[in-house]
Amino acid sequence: MRVACMDLLCAARRSIARVEPSAGQGPEKEHAVSLELDVNGQRVAVDVDPTTPLLWVLREALHLTGTKYGCGAAQCGACTVHLDGQAVRSCVYPVAAAAGKRVTTIEGLASDAKNPLVEAWIEVDVPQCGYCQSGQIMSASVLLAETSKPTDAQIDACMGGNVCRCATYVRIRQAIHRAAELGARREVR
Amino acid sequence: MSATRLQRRDFLRVSLAAGGGLLIGFRSPASAASSTPAALRPDVFAPNAWVRISTAGAVTVMINKAEMGQGVSTALAMVLAEELDADWKTVGFEFAPAAPEYGDPVYHLQMVGGSTSVKHMYEPLRAAGAMARALLVKAAAAQWGVGEGECSTENGAVVHAASERRANYGDLASAAAQLEAPADVKLKDPAKFKRIGVSTRRLDTPDKSRGVAKFAIDIELPGMLTALVAHPPTFGGRAKSISDAAALAVPGVVKVVDVGSGVAVIAKNFWAAKRGREALKIEWDLGANAALSSERLRAEYRQLSRTPGLVARLDGDGEEALSAGARVLEADFELPYLAHAPMEPLACVVDLRADSMDIWAGSQFQTVDQGAAAAVAGLAPERVRLHTTFLGGGFGRRANPVADYIVEGVQIARHAGAPVKLIWTRDDDMRGGYYRPMWHSRIRGALDSKGELVAWAHTIVGQSFIAGTAFEPFIIKDGIDGTSVEGAVDLPYAIPNVQVELHTTKVGVPTLWWRSVGHSHTAFVVEHFFDELARAAKQDPYEHRRRLLAAHPRQLAVLERAASAAGWGQPLPEGRARGIALHASFSSIVAQVVEASLEGGEVRVHRVVCAVDCGRIVNPDTVVAQLEGAVGFGITSALYSEISLRDGRVEQSNFHDYKMLRMHQMPKVEVHLIASDQPPTGIGEPGVPPVAPALCNALLALTGKPIHRLPIRVEDLGTKGA
Ligand code: FES
Ligand code: FES
Repeated sequence: MRVACMDLLCAARRSIARVEPSAGQGPEKEHAVSLELDVNGQRVAVDVDPTTPLLWVLREALHLTGTKYGCGAAQCGACTVHLDGQAVRSCVYPVAAAAGKRVTTIEGLASDAKNPLVEAWIEVDVPQCGYCQSGQIMSASVLLAETSKPTDAQIDACMGGNVCRCATYVRIRQAIHRAAELGARREVR
Repeated sequence: MSATRLQRRDFLRVSLAAGGGLLIGFRSPASAASSTPAALRPDVFAPNAWVRISTAGAVTVMINKAEMGQGVSTALAMVLAEELDADWKTVGFEFAPAAPEYGDPVYHLQMVGGSTSVKHMYEPLRAAGAMARALLVKAAAAQWGVGEGECSTENGAVVHAASERRANYGDLASAAAQLEAPADVKLKDPAKFKRIGVSTRRLDTPDKSRGVAKFAIDIELPGMLTALVAHPPTFGGRAKSISDAAALAVPGVVKVVDVGSGVAVIAKNFWAAKRGREALKIEWDLGANAALSSERLRAEYRQLSRTPGLVARLDGDGEEALSAGARVLEADFELPYLAHAPMEPLACVVDLRADSMDIWAGSQFQTVDQGAAAAVAGLAPERVRLHTTFLGGGFGRRANPVADYIVEGVQIARHAGAPVKLIWTRDDDMRGGYYRPMWHSRIRGALDSKGELVAWAHTIVGQSFIAGTAFEPFIIKDGIDGTSVEGAVDLPYAIPNVQVELHTTKVGVPTLWWRSVGHSHTAFVVEHFFDELARAAKQDPYEHRRRLLAAHPRQLAVLERAASAAGWGQPLPEGRARGIALHASFSSIVAQVVEASLEGGEVRVHRVVCAVDCGRIVNPDTVVAQLEGAVGFGITSALYSEISLRDGRVEQSNFHDYKMLRMHQMPKVEVHLIASDQPPTGIGEPGVPPVAPALCNALLALTGKPIHRLPIRVEDLGTKGA
């Protein structure tokens, strides 16, 4: 798995960043397929074993390391990204199935400097070790897209798939409520 | 940069080091193998190892501790910034390289442990900030031709009030860099603190909320390979024969190599390494631990607890006093092995070259990891640059005296022929050992005819993870490992006869400190059994504690604060009960009141009220956050956590069978801070120990049934009133 252009900003200038397998990866060519992905609004092409979970293509081929590996088994939510606006656990989602869908990672979401979730997370000082937080924010973002002012019960229902070993849950809840307020204010403006 | 300038810096370092005293580590990081050139750049004022001020005014505090979520990078920066009178908006931090000048002033190792970071670094960092400030004042006074005594500092500037002159630190940096440091510095009167004691947003939060904070697992180097290791299914097992043809046929797999701790599959990416590992056929020599079983260990420990152990504390008469009591209560407490399960599984990146090496790791134990890596690579430690990244949780797992995964990473790098990233999968982490030891406590308490607690006898059985390590001479005294009995030997209650004994077992399961160490088991046993005794004596558990704490006013104040804030004694909704627990650890004291119920066959924790005395508080909001997190961490282990062994194999593998508390189970947490002008003490760990006993005390109040084994088995509790 290699990308010719390490920086997705470069990819923006061309329409597609061509991803080439590096020299000496002979056997890989036989199994690898060329896939075109839409990641954070950029179109990128990767040559990759199609069974590879999307997580590792994002992290290794596209250098988007904000999406984390926690369990590899859809148990913790650290790897949560959006596919066409839905939260998926990218650690168990084959990259081939992501072709033709819009993939959004934490980097894409946070590229909006005024994202209410990121703002609220900072205001409430949610993270401790921080490792789970990309996944938490990605899950919360789907919740807010569906429910502009979620109740505690809705937060419980939506966030149950995201583990925080540091147990920052009190503040995650607080920050989701705060983000809902900030988001509402943003709408009005 | 001129040579003269460099020499002058060297001179400064030497003269300061000779000054000694409070100014620990006042050397520039230039001597460190991994020193950042910034320290010597002409546009940076670096008066000591701990702070750099650029001509643009940016203040960078060097953090010699690992940031694993406890907020240490912000707290230490606050301490230095306070004495510097820095403008907080200009303050940032950088992780210090592994180097002697960044050792902990008490442990003489660069490490994080025992909730000591702020406690140990408080004075040195204040002095470092004060020293930088003194030089900036000197520079300004010289420029203005006024006396230093006429100048003051505020918010990142030196001020001469009489002439209404003001110079920002950045503008003074170059001049200050030319000055000789003062022989001594005066620290602020704490009454004048502006930053210490004020809730301050963490400096690492923005990066951690945007996915850009770098953990070891995120480090990428050009040409880097990725390795996974097939570890033996038993502790101490070894590969007997390896058939790697199928693994090597997986596209992207580069090499398969036996590295001793297991068989490494080195590949171009994670997925290839994982598929390669799955394709390996290994015949294992299972070694000496193939028959290990938790059930058998439980029986053995129980038996051992009935025999005399080494005496760790003896007040009064011990055994005889028990028999003199009118009523003796007796219980066996069993606690399992526990995995740390940090959210980021273990990972490190190793770039090994002929004469030097770079390692990126979320290290809690820099000096040890650097030394162990150097030994494996055959390099001098100073040829090993250890870069500390953010830690995706530590809880003790990333401070291993034998540096297990670091050594493994270097072993792999010796064969990789390229920089390599070692990743442990979650399953590897869960099954890879270095657990909180399994513990058995036999405890007896005697009440006299008036219901007074007259005798207490506690026998502890479990492994020592200190024995056989370099720490043994410091921690094991007369055969007693202090970390096995802490929290039991320092039982604070006024009981005339107290006896604590220890049996240290030898079992082939690798064990390690786990957030709150010995207190993680002793607090549960002591504080839950206390409630059993109070119940037997028909005493209110809170009042009973109060009466026996007269000699410990700090403990008493914390206990009373938690009880009053929780409304102890006030009515609760039907089906709910309260439990209280108090425990001192790492020089801090925490009391918690838990409100819990049983609903649909599950324990529900509704509210946890905490009171804490951790001396002077640097960042109050971080203390609150640590208590919130400790509550969740403590409930997780009380309700779910157990690592068990059968036929030498660990039965758990991932979060489905080593469960974590989730959002809907997290209670409301209220934290009450006791104001104090005592020196600051720990906060990363002390919130954990009282959680399990306070919760179990609530369940005892609710059901009348004590809990003698963790994790809690709801089926043992029956229903209310049963
Ligand atoms: S890493 Fe995907 S759910 Fe845990
Ligand atoms: S902040 Fe550490 S796992 Fe969530």
